[in-house]
Amino acid sequence: MERIPILRMGEFLLVTIQVDMHDQLALTLQEDLGERISATSARGVLIDISALDIVDSFTGRMIGTISAQSRIMDAHTVLVGMQPEVAITLVELGLTLPGVSTALDVERGMKLLSARVANA
Amino acid sequence: MSVRNQGIVPIRVEQDVVLARQAVRKLAQECGLRLVDQTKLITAASELARNAVIYGGGGDMDWQILDEEGRSGLRLTFRDEGPGIGDIRQAMTDGWSSGTGLGLGLSGAKRLVSEFELDSAPGKGTRVSIARWT
Repeated sequence: MERIPILRMGEFLLVTIQVDMHDQLALTLQEDLGERISATSARGVLIDISALDIVDSFTGRMIGTISAQSRIMDAHTVLVGMQPEVAITLVELGLTLPGVSTALDVERGMKLLSARVANA
Repeated sequence: MSVRNQGIVPIRVEQDVVLARQAVRKLAQECGLRLVDQTKLITAASELARNAVIYGGGGDMDWQILDEEGRSGLRLTFRDEGPGIGDIRQAMTDGWSSGTGLGLGLSGAKRLVSEFELDSAPGKGTRVSIARWT
């Protein structure tokens, strides 16, 4: 079955979405991440969407769910790499991703995650 | 207004939503839409294609590249033969969903395009037409 890879980097999990996901693939990622957080006791999840040229309400909802799910499993989520036109579109669509932490790129996202985990 | 080119993309199963998005990107580029307008139109198309699969039991997307007085536009029409929408005003309300979604599909899609037309009645299926111009 087709899957989005989840990489482990120390106490963080790294997900780079590089394909145009169909809905089932997004749901599989959500489930896989929950299992990996549990299996690895990860403290943070970094999701890189720099390769995505659109985020619709389904993907947006998945991102929000992953973030909420991680939080109750004691892990922080940071979303990085959103293209400016994707950001404009999401806001007009009515999805502002409340409760989801974001950073411009992977480097800043890692810093933010490290700071969050250090303060927790 | 003249039709430069037109075609039909079938939207029967969930994977077709991805194919419809890719088709719209290609057409939007061909039409000469700016990147941000392409993104908005593709996102709106994604919402409407998903609706056609989930609520309409599958349908088709008709596309037309249009030329009019020095500008070009891409018009997409999503058609399904599903149960149709009983209360269009309710269906167009942010946050209202008959399914498990966020209820942003129809109302959100409308905000992303410059032309939006919804035609539906119980038992008659649903037809949504959207367009963006250069």
